[in-house]
Amino acid sequence: MSCFGEISLQELSIQEINTKLDALIAEHKQMPGALLPLLHAIQDNMGYIAESFYTPISKALNLSVAEVHGVVTFYHHFRTHKPGRHILQICRAESCQSMGSEALEAHAKKCLNIDYHQTTPDQTITLEPVYCLGNCALSPAVMMDEEVYGRMTPADLDTLVSEARLVEATA
Amino acid sequence: MTTKVYIPRDSSALSVGAEKVALGIALEAKKRGLEIDIVRNGSRGLYWLETMVEVATDKGRTAYGPVKVKDVASLFDADFLHGHAHALSLGLTEELDWLKKQQRLTFARVGITDPISLDDYIAHDGYKGLKNALTMSGADIVQVVADSGLRGRGGAAFPTGIKWKTVLEAGAKSNIGLGCESDIKYIVCNADEGDSGTFSDRMIMEDDPFVLIEGMTIAGIAVGATQGYIYLRSEYPHALVTLNSAIEAANQAGYLGNDIFGSGKVFHLEVRRAAGAYVCGEETSMLESLEGKRGLVRFKPPLPAIEGLFGKPTVVNNVISLATVPVILDKGAKYYADYGMGRSRGTLPIQLAGNIKRGGLVELAFGVTLRELLYDFGGGSASGKPIRAVQVGGPLGAFLPESQFDTPLDYEEFSKIWAVLGHGGIVAFDDTVDMAKMARYAFEFCAIESCGKCTPCRIGSVRGAEVMDKIIANKDKKTPDTAKNIKLVRDLSDTMLNGSLCALGGMTPYPVLSAMNHFAEDFSPRDFELKQSKAVA
Repeated sequence: MSCFGEISLQELSIQEINTKLDALIAEHKQMPGALLPLLHAIQDNMGYIAESFYTPISKALNLSVAEVHGVVTFYHHFRTHKPGRHILQICRAESCQSMGSEALEAHAKKCLNIDYHQTTPDQTITLEPVYCLGNCALSPAVMMDEEVYGRMTPADLDTLVSEARLVEATA
Repeated sequence: MTTKVYIPRDSSALSVGAEKVALGIALEAKKRGLEIDIVRNGSRGLYWLETMVEVATDKGRTAYGPVKVKDVASLFDADFLHGHAHALSLGLTEELDWLKKQQRLTFARVGITDPISLDDYIAHDGYKGLKNALTMSGADIVQVVADSGLRGRGGAAFPTGIKWKTVLEAGAKSNIGLGCESDIKYIVCNADEGDSGTFSDRMIMEDDPFVLIEGMTIAGIAVGATQGYIYLRSEYPHALVTLNSAIEAANQAGYLGNDIFGSGKVFHLEVRRAAGAYVCGEETSMLESLEGKRGLVRFKPPLPAIEGLFGKPTVVNNVISLATVPVILDKGAKYYADYGMGRSRGTLPIQLAGNIKRGGLVELAFGVTLRELLYDFGGGSASGKPIRAVQVGGPLGAFLPESQFDTPLDYEEFSKIWAVLGHGGIVAFDDTVDMAKMARYAFEFCAIESCGKCTPCRIGSVRGAEVMDKIIANKDKKTPDTAKNIKLVRDLSDTMLNGSLCALGGMTPYPVLSAMNHFAEDFSPRDFELKQSKAVA
């Protein structure tokens, strides 16, 4: 399974996208309750679930397009638009609040100059809220792609963001 | 001789640099030509000491922490590989007061073993419970679980034995029906641990996944289910990897699959990823999600034990409930039931979180007080300021003031003070907390996470946040509006409490009203009359 961070959809042609989508559908459609595993696989492999995918998905799983749309939009995890190359989630839950996560949120929004659910203009970072990362003894916590970071300070956050940018610049 | 060095792979330890420490120690050993065997164990749950590195010595495992990469060279200089003293020495791990005072039954192996090593699991009493279960009838296994007094650790505290019995008998009935009923049953593990301040499920899945697998296998054999699903929250990518490798190892060794231990019994297990909806921790919403639908809460009845996943009888249990089954089947119902108080039998894995100096996992028999946990274990607040409030049981749990810190952890004792134990998470707040903001947040969270099926939750949460905004805006003004608005929030809470379909809307009033009842000064500091009316209420 690829990680959430491998965003490659934008580099594929329409034909390649369709081939990939068909393969994923074929791989998952026999599973009981196939829709969520399929949507996860699509997002893992292609970065997001484009609305144009609803029709082929609905046909394969014998659902209506409305049902697919309903499921995709019900769950906070699924995205219908291209995200930045990294996803930064800041925990907003009570434990992190007790250790100053509100200041961390404000700092992130100010420094990245974006709000939640938005992406920086250089396409590096998409900022998302999250409600508990299970790192509550080391609050406040954030998650960059699939890694959790505990006891975060605004300065740590700056380091995390600039490292992400630096790695890209040198890659 | 090769020295064993233990460095945790638990994601909380990784969140403060365990990976870099492991790499640093490996490189430094190589540089110095020393042979070491690095074991990536689980976390002992002393999170303020992470990254806690342990070294196997003649006297036992010796601990050092919190280790940062910059400390690695000096550890080698001090010859930590032979357990010698260093500024970060903690002494023998087993002698650490914080661990010694605990009663670890469910967490007996956590932090000690390599989580993905089946051999390690078996060497530490693993699969003894299942071996016993295989010699027993389903009804007998269910009876042992019932006799142990185990109650659902997800929060609802429903007796596990009764739930299993219902599913066991649901199958028997189908045979005398019209003959068209299938005998398929499911075990579903609720691993959608979304409550803030809780991480015990995550620790089990990352640090001792086989105990969950064993517990689910026993459940399957007990009630006659052949398929299990672990519904895992998407925020736990490390747990996903660990669970999948443990399941694969169990399958290969014949502990899962078509012929468990050569008994002919069948049990298959699969992890399904959730997708970031808190409400899917509610069992019927979770079943909808597993079926590939939106996570809308179902009406009950029918109970999931009768008509659950895909309409079949289904055991739905929390990770901790299932992970506690192996020790009960290994050591007997009485052994487990001898711990605890009143109707709360056994132990509870308690999670100390938030603004606390020594946060982590404390497994203890029911009956310990909040004060002991917050001060003896927790060491007071992290900020050094007085602890003003604690929230027990996640975002739907009540806020407790200092005057209630002597309440023993017991389901019934907590009910008496209109609070809940929930999943055993305790979040501490120091005296900088604004309880009106916390009450507002409770409504906001409910609004974000509501599935939308019932009106009190869907609309009540939005209106509640709006009214709280007005209360907060009026806070420093003496205005008659505040009294009116507080009454409005109380009325609204009453509707949500009694009219919601599930615990999300139904329990959001717990944090809201407890904040109002115990911390009225944060809502209307200048209104004397209001404080009077609160005292009457």
